[in-house]
Amino acid sequence: MSVVAIDAGPRRGWRSASTWVGAVIVGIAVFCALFTNQIVPHDPFMQNLGGRLKVPFWMEGADPAHLLGTDQLGRDYLSRLIYGCRISMLIGVTVSIVSALIGITIGVLGGFIGGRVDDVVLFAITTRLSLPVVLVALAVVGLLGTSMTILVITLGLLLWDRFAVVARSTTMQVRNLDFVAAAWCAGCSRFRILTHEVLPNIASHLVVVATLEVALAILLEAALSFLGLGVPPPLPSWGLMIAEAKDYMFFSPWVIVIPGVALFVLVLGINLLGDGLRDLFGARTDP
Amino acid sequence: MTALLEIEQLEVGFGATAAVRGASLAVERGETHCLVGESGCGKSVTALAVMNLLARGGRRQAKRLAFEGEDIAGLDDHGMARLRGNRMAMIFQEPMTSLNPAYTVGSQMTEVLRRHRKVPQSQAVDRAADLLARVGITAPGLRLGQFPHQLSGGLRQRVMIAMALMCEPQLLIADEPTTALDVTVQAQILRLLAQLQRDLGLGMLLITHDLGIVARVAHRVSVMYAGEVVESASTAELFADPRHPYTQGLLRCVPIPGKVARDSPLGSIPGTVPRIGPGFEGCGFRDRCDFADASCAVAVPRRQVGATHEYLCRLTA
Amino acid sequence: MLRFFVRRLIVALLVTATVMTLAFVLTRLSGDLAISIAGPNATQADVDAVRKAYGLDRPVIRQYFDWVGRALTGDLGDSYFFKTRVANLLAERMPVTLTLGIVGLLIALAVSLPLGILAAVRENTVLDRLVQMVAVIGQAMPSFWLGLILMITLGLRGWLPISGTGSWQHYVMPGIVLAFSAIPALTRLTRAGMIQAMSSDYIRTARAKGLSRASILLKHALRNAAIPVVAIAAVALGFMLGGSIVIEQVFALHGVGFLAWESIGKNDFPVVQAVVMVLAVIYVALTTIADLLNAVLDPRLRSA
Repeated sequence: MSVVAIDAGPRRGWRSASTWVGAVIVGIAVFCALFTNQIVPHDPFMQNLGGRLKVPFWMEGADPAHLLGTDQLGRDYLSRLIYGCRISMLIGVTVSIVSALIGITIGVLGGFIGGRVDDVVLFAITTRLSLPVVLVALAVVGLLGTSMTILVITLGLLLWDRFAVVARSTTMQVRNLDFVAAAWCAGCSRFRILTHEVLPNIASHLVVVATLEVALAILLEAALSFLGLGVPPPLPSWGLMIAEAKDYMFFSPWVIVIPGVALFVLVLGINLLGDGLRDLFGARTDP
Repeated sequence: MTALLEIEQLEVGFGATAAVRGASLAVERGETHCLVGESGCGKSVTALAVMNLLARGGRRQAKRLAFEGEDIAGLDDHGMARLRGNRMAMIFQEPMTSLNPAYTVGSQMTEVLRRHRKVPQSQAVDRAADLLARVGITAPGLRLGQFPHQLSGGLRQRVMIAMALMCEPQLLIADEPTTALDVTVQAQILRLLAQLQRDLGLGMLLITHDLGIVARVAHRVSVMYAGEVVESASTAELFADPRHPYTQGLLRCVPIPGKVARDSPLGSIPGTVPRIGPGFEGCGFRDRCDFADASCAVAVPRRQVGATHEYLCRLTA
Repeated sequence: MLRFFVRRLIVALLVTATVMTLAFVLTRLSGDLAISIAGPNATQADVDAVRKAYGLDRPVIRQYFDWVGRALTGDLGDSYFFKTRVANLLAERMPVTLTLGIVGLLIALAVSLPLGILAAVRENTVLDRLVQMVAVIGQAMPSFWLGLILMITLGLRGWLPISGTGSWQHYVMPGIVLAFSAIPALTRLTRAGMIQAMSSDYIRTARAKGLSRASILLKHALRNAAIPVVAIAAVALGFMLGGSIVIEQVFALHGVGFLAWESIGKNDFPVVQAVVMVLAVIYVALTTIADLLNAVLDPRLRSA
């Protein structure tokens, strides 16, 4: 007989604060992604070789027309940053959708049917985990050529594992609950049980996975673009911006600091929101 | 001469719950003192508070908490650690989980001795083997090299007992040591404890909810209810002349050969132990008591019957 | 136990076989390899010559079994670009990648074990929250960017070499960057394991035995909390080796990842498929070892 002290109060407060921070960051990113053309101060593709590498506003001699300065080709950095946000969000969300479709299908089938099917599903997950993601993605993009579509499909085909793991384990739990048994007894079809009983009950877990996958996809896209095999230039992906600015970083550090901080803050925001949602739903996202 | 363990006005709280409210009892050298009461009355918490092993968030406070005449309430964790496992040892209710799964029986037993005494490992191993034999484990040499999961619950509890005795403690606190075991094993463990207590002259605080156990092994009994010791007496006095209505109720629930007529129904106490917060006044048992009146809500007198029998109730006889 | 081992090995072999197939298929995705190898200005005759020289005129299924058969004997073919045996190339580059991975793992463990223990012991305090914040931040950090930032801060001041593989100092910065990817998971796992262990009955027993705080924490609690951490550490090493491609490129470390990146740019398919396969096989081996280690560390599994 032991009494466990319940001390959740301050933690919850701290947690919800971080969730709000995450939500605000994601909100800003979504706004930038949706209204890019309305809010960019300049054309993000317009070069001006006379005004190259202008410094951002906090430094001596900044040009008020270019808040975050200009890049090595004289393009407005703030405009490129906002456009890059759209690309990051677009890729994050589409990759997440592709991998969700694959992973949830596989995971739910394994968890719902069980037996041999489940063995195959587990094997597929194990195999997928053993493939080095960055390398395979690089190889595929390198072979098929850089384009947004190829990038999204490749990453989608590689990132479904967490969806599958969580969908499988949560489906297994739901399958054994009383109301599912009741639905069987009421003569519902398999398909109806899947769509009406199982999916609604695992949805909250999957939403959490989806947020975390968006963050992961954004990071991977940036890494691939940085290596030159992601988003094709002149599209201003943040990873590509860092790669292009690399040669100037020792003399003008802000050229890599700005897109890097943007990338870090966006991914941090999505993760904070995801963690908050996980607490809110009481969802499990670990295998 | 003072008692081995003296507890006076012990209070333990967890958050807004008062688990122990002014409990007092004393364990004499070489006697078995049983602490009885139903689940949730604060028996285990009392024992853990004495050892300073309360779960995180537990607060304890006492007018006097002394071991061998010396105050232990003011000791810091380091000072308590020197006593624990050394002069006062404890065994727990859950033998299945109380041993560390990652280490062998031998390693867990010898580390107690080596922590408190400067002895070579070989000597500690010998002592561990002796004690395993003493608690009735055959092939002690083999058992020393085994891991806890390889032993049954009864064996594990024997190991726990042997481990508690490694440093020849003066006081052994046993918190429901048989509750988690099979009935046949229960009797064996109990017999073992009683025998060890006699042979080694241990002071033992045995916590139980089983009055059958009390009748067989206790020299003295304290009955606990809702965080208070409501009656304390020698075993014979308590069974012959229970004064507190709660004690009387408890005894009516147990079939005692010769005292309870065959075929007559056993008694029961209606209701459950109330959850009591701070600032509670009066008798904690009054809502379940047949004899309660308005005065029970205010204050409860402590009454004395002879030299060794005390109880907390307004009733005189 | 034996059954568990055998089952585990069979799965590992099946995964390896599947991965080999995938590595082969991967390089055939772009269609006609001969055209890519011969280059954009090649004539039809050049392409035919290339096709014949590399055995690409045979049926794909023959090529596949030929490749698998040779790979099993350790022959991974010849590099088109480096004009040497792929196996030799890998043997030459692998030490750099392995060193980087192990340095990264050691740094990650040296950071996350103390942090995790500290957070668990001070659960729900400011310190605990700070540690969790570090984990959240680590998770959001783009590794290549962190590498560049370290270069312009530590490197530019001359504290550490910026690129290359000359000395052990060359591995410090890339090791730190690589460690960042594993620190969040390892810290969280250590913290959760320690919290669970510290509230267990056997820790209460250890306290009742009067053991010192250090012994309770490090001997009794950590030993049990470390079991999942060791398993994940092995898996993390596998992920780190796979992820080192980005970091090797940033720091110009000529390891396997750098080799793969060069080969992708040069359409050097035998190297690409060999690197994919080798990294996957190392991952499979590491996870298998992790499972076996788990069994050795947890006595309850050992005799099961």
